Amino acid sequence: MTTPEPAAAAPKPVAPKYVPPEPVLNRQNGRLIEDRFSTWPTEVFKKRWSRPGYQRGAGMLVAIFVGLGLTGGLIGELAKRADGFYALLGSFAAAQGLPPLALDAGWIAIKVLIVLHIVLINGLWSIWWERKISAHIQSRVGPTYAGSPKGFNFHGWAQTAIDGIKLLLKEDVTPAAADKWVHALAPGLVIAPCIIAFAPVLFGDGLAAASLDIGTLYIFAFAGISVIGIVMAGWASGNKYSLLGGLRGAAQIVSYELPRGFSVVPILMFAGSLDLQVISNAQAGYWHGIIPRWFIFYPVVGQLAFVIFLISSVAETNRTPFDIPEAESELVSGFHTEYSGMKWSIFFLAEYAYVLLGSFLLATFFLGGGASPINALPFTWIPSWLWMLGKAMLMMFVFLWIRWTLPRFRVDQLMDFTWKFLLPWSFVNIAVAGLYLAYWLK
Amino acid sequence: MSNATLKSDQLFINLGPQHPSTHGVLRIGLTINGEVIVKAVPDIGYLHRGTEKLAEVRNYHHCVVLTDRWDYVSAMPNNLVFCLAAEKLMGVAATPRANALRVIMCEMNRVASHLLFFGTYGIDLGAYTPFLYAFREREMVLDLFEMLCGARLTYNYIRLGGVMVDASSEWLKRTMEFVEYFKPRLDEYDTLLTYNPIFMARTQGVGVVTAREAVDWALSGPNLRGSGVDHDVRRADPYCGYENYEFDVPLGKTGSCWDRYFCRVQEMRQSIRIIEQAIEKLPDGPFMASGVAKIPKPAPGEAYAHVEGSRGDLGIYLASDGGISPFRLHVHAPSFINLAMLQEKLVGMKVSDVIALLGSIDIVLGEVDR
Repeated sequence: MTTPEPAAAAPKPVAPKYVPPEPVLNRQNGRLIEDRFSTWPTEVFKKRWSRPGYQRGAGMLVAIFVGLGLTGGLIGELAKRADGFYALLGSFAAAQGLPPLALDAGWIAIKVLIVLHIVLINGLWSIWWERKISAHIQSRVGPTYAGSPKGFNFHGWAQTAIDGIKLLLKEDVTPAAADKWVHALAPGLVIAPCIIAFAPVLFGDGLAAASLDIGTLYIFAFAGISVIGIVMAGWASGNKYSLLGGLRGAAQIVSYELPRGFSVVPILMFAGSLDLQVISNAQAGYWHGIIPRWFIFYPVVGQLAFVIFLISSVAETNRTPFDIPEAESELVSGFHTEYSGMKWSIFFLAEYAYVLLGSFLLATFFLGGGASPINALPFTWIPSWLWMLGKAMLMMFVFLWIRWTLPRFRVDQLMDFTWKFLLPWSFVNIAVAGLYLAYWLK
Repeated sequence: MSNATLKSDQLFINLGPQHPSTHGVLRIGLTINGEVIVKAVPDIGYLHRGTEKLAEVRNYHHCVVLTDRWDYVSAMPNNLVFCLAAEKLMGVAATPRANALRVIMCEMNRVASHLLFFGTYGIDLGAYTPFLYAFREREMVLDLFEMLCGARLTYNYIRLGGVMVDASSEWLKRTMEFVEYFKPRLDEYDTLLTYNPIFMARTQGVGVVTAREAVDWALSGPNLRGSGVDHDVRRADPYCGYENYEFDVPLGKTGSCWDRYFCRVQEMRQSIRIIEQAIEKLPDGPFMASGVAKIPKPAPGEAYAHVEGSRGDLGIYLASDGGISPFRLHVHAPSFINLAMLQEKLVGMKVSDVIALLGSIDIVLGEVDR
C-alpha cells in the first residue's frame, strides 16, 4: 500500500532559529536535585531520636524483648519438657513392647535432628542478622524487600532463604585443573566436624544432646578437624590463590587453637570439671546478692581469659580481622575462590556454625550459662535456655561488630600476636588462677 | 613420595588485571617464595585510549572533554590544567570569579578523590566500613557537582577562559552545608581507621620511601609529601589565585604507607579550609572571559602549565602550529610517574604488603595509560 501524496504541496516551513538550550542549572534540573538533597545525611545527624523511625524501632525492640521473656517464662524450662516427652515416649514404647534400646536409639535420633537443625537454621538467621547489622554499622539499611510481595516483608526477612534458593540453582563449577574428588569432599570435611562438635554444647540447664564428662576437650578436638577441609579445598582447587589461602588457613587455625585451649584452663580449674553443665553450675549464685558469680567477673583472670578466648574464637572462624585465608583484597577469595553454588555456601554455613559454637561456649564459660544477670524476680523467672540464647546472641553480635569494624592483620603479625602475646598471657593467667585457688577460693 | 629430596619452587602469580584491589586494570607479575616477593613486573597499558593523539584532531574546546577521561576520579584539575595551558597559548586570562570557582571545584574534587582513596584503602586492608562512610560523603560532593554542571564523573565544567556556568547562591549555601557537615566526619574517620592499631601496624614502616628516593623517582603529590619533602604546586607555583588563600601543606615523617595515607586525610581538612575561604571572598563579575573564539586558533608556539592535582603534579605541554587543533599534547601524569617505584619497592615484601603499598600510591589507571 502506498501512502497517498498530499493534495497540495504545503510551503516548506522555515526552520526556526536555533535556540541553545538553557544551561543545566539548579532550577531547571531542580526536581531531581531536590530529591537528592532530601537524602543528604546532614539532617539525620542533627536529630536522630526525633525521627519516627528511630522511635518506632526502639519501641519494637522493647516489645520483642518483653514478648520473648513472657513466652519463655510461660513455656518454662525446656529440659523439664524434654524429660516429660521422654517419659511419654517410654510409656508408648512399653505399651508397644519395644526394647529399651529402640527407645534410646529413637531418642538419640531426635536429639541429633534437633542439633542439626539448630546449625542449619542458625545459617538462615545469622546471615540475615549479619547483613542487617553490617548495613546499619555502615549507614545503610540492608535487605528490605525480600518477603511477601505485598504484605509481610519485615526488614527483608526472607532474604537468606531466597539467597539459598539461588545458590541451590547455581551451576556447580569444578575447574579443569582441580582434583575432582578432593574438591568435592572439602566442604563436607569442613561442615561435618562442626556439626559433630555441637553434641555437648549446652543450650540451657540440662539441655544438651550429649552430656559428656570431657565436653570441653571434645568440642576443641572436633572443631580443630575442619582445618583439614580448608587445606584440601585450597590444594584441590588448582588455583595459586586458593593454595596460598589454604596454607595460611592451616597455619592460622593450628596456632590459634593453643591460646583458645589454654585460656579456658583457669575456668576448668575453678569449676573442677570439663563438663559444660558443671562449669555452668559453678557460676550460680551472687556475691553480696548482687554481682553474679560468673567467671568473667573474677578479677583480672576472668576478663583476660574472656578476651583471649574471644579473640581466638574469632580467629578460628576465619573472620576479619583474622580472615587472611580468605583475604578478599589479596587472595581474591582464598581457599573458596573456585567454589560456587551449594559447595560454596556450605563453607559459609560452617563459618556461621562456628560463630554460633563460639558464642555458646563464651556464654557457658564466662557469662554464667543459664543464670540470670539480675537477682530480682521478673528476671529470675525467665528460664535458663532463654538467658543462654540471649547471651549467645549478644556474643554473636560482638563477633559481627568486630567483623565490620577492624581491618585485617598481616600473616606474620597474626602469628606474632598469637605466639608472642596471647599464648604467654594465657600461661600467666593460669598461674594467677592457681594463686586464686590456693588463697582465695580454697 | 618418589623424590628423595623435597623440592621447593618459586611461584608465579598474576596479580591482576582482574583482581579486586589493583584499582583498575593494572597487572603485576609476581614471583613469590612462600609469602615473600622475589620479583615484581608491573604491566600497564590495558586502558590505553590514545587521548593525547585524539587531541590532535579536535579543536581546543573539544579537547577539554578528553581531559575528563584521564584521571576520572578527579576530573576538575584535568580540565583546569588543559585550560591553563590553552589560555597561555591564546593569551586570555580567566576572570576573578571564574578563578575562585575553579579553586572551589578543584578542592572539592580533591576531597572526593581522597575520600575514594580513604574508602578503598580501608577495603584493601580488610576494613569494609570506612568505604561506605567515605562514599556517603563523596556522594554529597557529586550531588553538588551535578547541581552545578549536570555531571557526576566527567564534568567538562572548566572551559577556556572561565567556567561553564555560574554558581548560584543556593549552590553556595548547599556547599557550606556540606562543609559544616564534613568537618566532624573527618574526626570520625580518624577514630575509625587512621589511629586503629591494626591499621597502623599494617601500614607504618611498610613501603618506606625516603625523601632522597622520592625526589629521585620524581614522585609528586601526597606520595612526595609523605616522605617529608615540602613541595606543593599550589604554593610553589601558584595558579588561579591560590596565593590568596591560607592553607598548610601536610607533611609525613617517614615516608611509609601510613604517612602517605595521613597526608591525604590531612589534605582533606586543608581543602575544606580553602573552600570556606574561597566562598567567603567570592568576587562578583562575569564567570567567562570575553574574547574567547568559538574555534580558537592560537599563534604558533608552545605552553606548559601544571597544577596540583589530587594525585600530584599534573602538567600539560601544549604545542600549536597555528591550526585549530593542538599540534602536540603531552601529559605529565603523576599516577604514571608514581607507579614507577613499584618494581623496586615490592621486592622483599609480603603479598599483603603489595596491596598496602599499591593502595597507598593511589593510582588511577585512566591516567597511567591515558
